[in-house]
Amino acid sequence: MRLEYFQLIDRILAVSLEDRTIRTEATVPTESTIFQGHFPGMPLMPGVLLLEAMAQTAGWLVIALMKFERMPFFIGANGVKLRRFVMPGERLAGEASLVHDGSGFAVTKARLAGDGKPVCEAEIRFRTVPFPNEEFRAHVEAWARQLAFPLEVPRHG
Amino acid sequence: MSSTFDTVANIIAETCDDISRDSIKPESHAINDLGIDSLDFLDIAFAIDKAFGIKLPIERWTQEVNDGKATTEQYFVLKNLCARIDDLVAARSA
Repeated sequence: MRLEYFQLIDRILAVSLEDRTIRTEATVPTESTIFQGHFPGMPLMPGVLLLEAMAQTAGWLVIALMKFERMPFFIGANGVKLRRFVMPGERLAGEASLVHDGSGFAVTKARLAGDGKPVCEAEIRFRTVPFPNEEFRAHVEAWARQLAFPLEVPRHG
Repeated sequence: MSSTFDTVANIIAETCDDISRDSIKPESHAINDLGIDSLDFLDIAFAIDKAFGIKLPIERWTQEVNDGKATTEQYFVLKNLCARIDDLVAARSA
């Protein structure tokens, strides 16, 4: 994770277009300016960033299913449960599945686990729109390669 | 067995806290009369898709309205929306 750059996923481990699922992994950094405020003397991974990590996991699934033609934008979450504290240095495993492929929106379920035990879960919704420009799409495609996206990444840019 | 309109009206009332079930009529325009915004309409569309096993083509409808090929009344007055839903259900079953 690079919290200051809002990169909450380190690697995409697997994507199944058939099952409409994805697996990711990420390690919470041991040091970050975020922990100076959250909290002094008791550094904790903020819950909103755990939600973002789930959204990024699910978002990469939506991008994969839409073959990098559309970009998902986070529009809502239901049933968010943060089951325990997450400390600096903890390794997290992400999973997401597609619940519904709507017209211009997608509904997913995502969860994070640490050491095999549930950390958090949520239903996450996205509005999906065609990429607003080629520069942005090229950036997302390059980012996918950095995350070891396991399927072929198109080269539009 | 409830009608398409009853199901849709119940979905709207459950999704939008500020819209009472009694205020939802077949002649109601989802946007102009009920004040449903685009975000809430996506939630409603999700619930309708699930309830009827269809995929409302919202993007196509929106594009047709933007292009001047259709009016919002054709898709967003509830009795018309329900007729579209019935057509989609019939097409799925055919």
